[in-house]
Amino acid sequence: MRFTLTGAAAALAMTTALAGPASAELTGDLRIFFNDQNPAPRAAIEGMVERFQEMHPNLNIELTLIDREANKTQIRNYLTANAPDVNGWYAGNRMRPYVNAGLFEDVSDLWDGPMGEELASTRPALTLDGRQWGVPYTYYQWGIYYRADIYEELGLTPAATWEEEIANCQAILDSGRKCYTIGTRFLWTAGGWFDYLNLRTHGYDFHMALTANEIPWTDDRVRETFANWRTLIDMGAFIDNHTAYTWQEAQPYLVNGQAAAYLMGNFLVEPLRDAGMTDDQLGFYQFPEITPGIPKAEDAPTDTLHIPAQAQNKEAAREFLRYVASAENQTIVNEVLGQLPINRNATVADDKFIQAGFEMLSNATGGIAQFFDRDADAEMASAGMEGFQEFMVMPDNLDAILNRLESVRQRILED
Amino acid sequence: MAAPIITEPAPPPARGYWRRNQMRLAPWLFLAPGILFFAVYVILPIFQSFHISLYRWDGLGEARYIGLRNYERLLEDQAFYTSLWNNVRWLVLYLLAIPAGLFIALFLNQRVRGIRLYKSLFFFPFVISQVVVGLVFAWFYNPSIGLLNPLIGLFGFGPVNILGNPNTVTYGIIAAGLWPQVAYCMILYLTGLNAVDPEQVEAARLDGAKGWKMLWYVILPQLRPATFIAVVVTVIGALRSFDMVSVMTSGGPFGSSRVLAYYMFEVSLSEYGFRMGYGAAIAVVLFLIMMVYIAFFLWRMWREERGG
Repeated sequence: MRFTLTGAAAALAMTTALAGPASAELTGDLRIFFNDQNPAPRAAIEGMVERFQEMHPNLNIELTLIDREANKTQIRNYLTANAPDVNGWYAGNRMRPYVNAGLFEDVSDLWDGPMGEELASTRPALTLDGRQWGVPYTYYQWGIYYRADIYEELGLTPAATWEEEIANCQAILDSGRKCYTIGTRFLWTAGGWFDYLNLRTHGYDFHMALTANEIPWTDDRVRETFANWRTLIDMGAFIDNHTAYTWQEAQPYLVNGQAAAYLMGNFLVEPLRDAGMTDDQLGFYQFPEITPGIPKAEDAPTDTLHIPAQAQNKEAAREFLRYVASAENQTIVNEVLGQLPINRNATVADDKFIQAGFEMLSNATGGIAQFFDRDADAEMASAGMEGFQEFMVMPDNLDAILNRLESVRQRILED
Repeated sequence: MAAPIITEPAPPPARGYWRRNQMRLAPWLFLAPGILFFAVYVILPIFQSFHISLYRWDGLGEARYIGLRNYERLLEDQAFYTSLWNNVRWLVLYLLAIPAGLFIALFLNQRVRGIRLYKSLFFFPFVISQVVVGLVFAWFYNPSIGLLNPLIGLFGFGPVNILGNPNTVTYGIIAAGLWPQVAYCMILYLTGLNAVDPEQVEAARLDGAKGWKMLWYVILPQLRPATFIAVVVTVIGALRSFDMVSVMTSGGPFGSSRVLAYYMFEVSLSEYGFRMGYGAAIAVVLFLIMMVYIAFFLWRMWREERGG
């Protein structure tokens, strides 16, 4: 008797869920593993869960917060044993190992409806093997954050072209400052520079083909990208000793005015504000054009939620993802996170940098990349970023670096 | 039913298997838990590592047998040679901890008021976790906020970026590692010095030995057991150096401070890793290197025990 009742309830839930985002009668447990414990993301997921709970009072939701870094290794354990119903992860190739191992649930059915259209901008990032494997809830722009007051003092305006960028940089160097602060100790910051230089030199398609191991690293076009990078390195544009700093330890150079700009994601704004910088001092501009005529593509890493293949309560999980993707939720969540909603019907927060990012990404006709370490294969990502760091310190080693990266690529292709 | 009352003296009880073999079995029974855990957690994983190193496996999906391919790749892998070479540097320089520990021990082996306090202060770094030592040294070396640059600036030396420079980074980490290791060797020698026979020292003194001669011919031979242990722990400490590298540089800049243990971790368990087979192959190589030392020390120990 009881058995058939729950079966009926599940069937009912299924039909209503398929019928649309109407609130279905969901019961049982919904276990969510979320991969960030920092204050803003924590508030965001807790808010989501609370609102979803109100819609489904009979559902018993259990939220577990895991440290962002710890989750990167723990995910392997919890997806294979005692899986939650929903878990946090990243878009792009980062999903690959779990998709290949059959540990992520195919959620293409969610994307088939109107939801898919609302989230269209990130569909490629969530697609592997022609199907979708998760739902995005936020992304953020990358770009150049600069000291507007220093620019004003030197009579500069943010560059739109590569020549202007270099001219500005020379003026900044002449004033006794460095053009860019960066901390490459954990490598990925150098990945950001490579992404932008490569996207601007050769465009989105080339960049994606390169990160997909379709183009040899010894290709002349890759060398052109590095040649542009070298222009800046030879000028002394980057702060000294950047290999010793983390991205946080590089911030004081910008705050103290020893460097004029920082290529970084929008999460940089909050610590800079905390360090006492005003919105008048801090500006943002899009990475300038290098090869004229190439449509501008941007890095916009997307954070996502997925359903493990071994989840117990997939109906509730699907309904939760549906809610996560909704315009209403994405507006609230990204207001809290200080980031950009993906749902095109959501409202963007009234913040200088978020507005600028929204404007930029909405017009990113070239395409939206995830980030070097999410687009490239994990092994390639680690070898690549290590090579970028080496190049920034010893640009003369370029040949050796590219040969090494090429041999890594060959090896991955062999497997 | 009541037991029959025995009136006659009982016959000697039949000697059961246990009674007969008690003396022989008891040590094995006492050893059993140790042997069991050692086998399951140490011996078995060694063979498992050998086994996994023949596969390509990401820890999740199907493992694919690829024979010795992982080892072939190791031979072509520049990062592997860097790690190996760094291990050699660790091994050689880490041994400095032994003479350094000896001299501090000799220096502290005197009866002065409050000597116990000084001894504990010198021993202090060994008590602190390696991770903390690594962090402290990383801050010390930090080119923007660290104390090192102002300090050497006093003597007119330019600013240095020890951990950010591929040529100095390994030495910087070894220096940090030496700090607690010297303390460890010191404590070994201090206990050793307690056991030095005062009569021999007295006799040597009467014969006119002093200074270096006294140390070399009279004291050191008596410290041989301490030296032996110091060498063993230092060599093994150098080969398994991992925490310092992980905390201070994560193997960087661009992999120039990696050691085998760290490279193994990076390849198999870090954020971009999960090449279990390749990691296992590194583990096997590291194991074989360690095996050379361990076998040598075991052989010496066995020989000495037999001799004594």
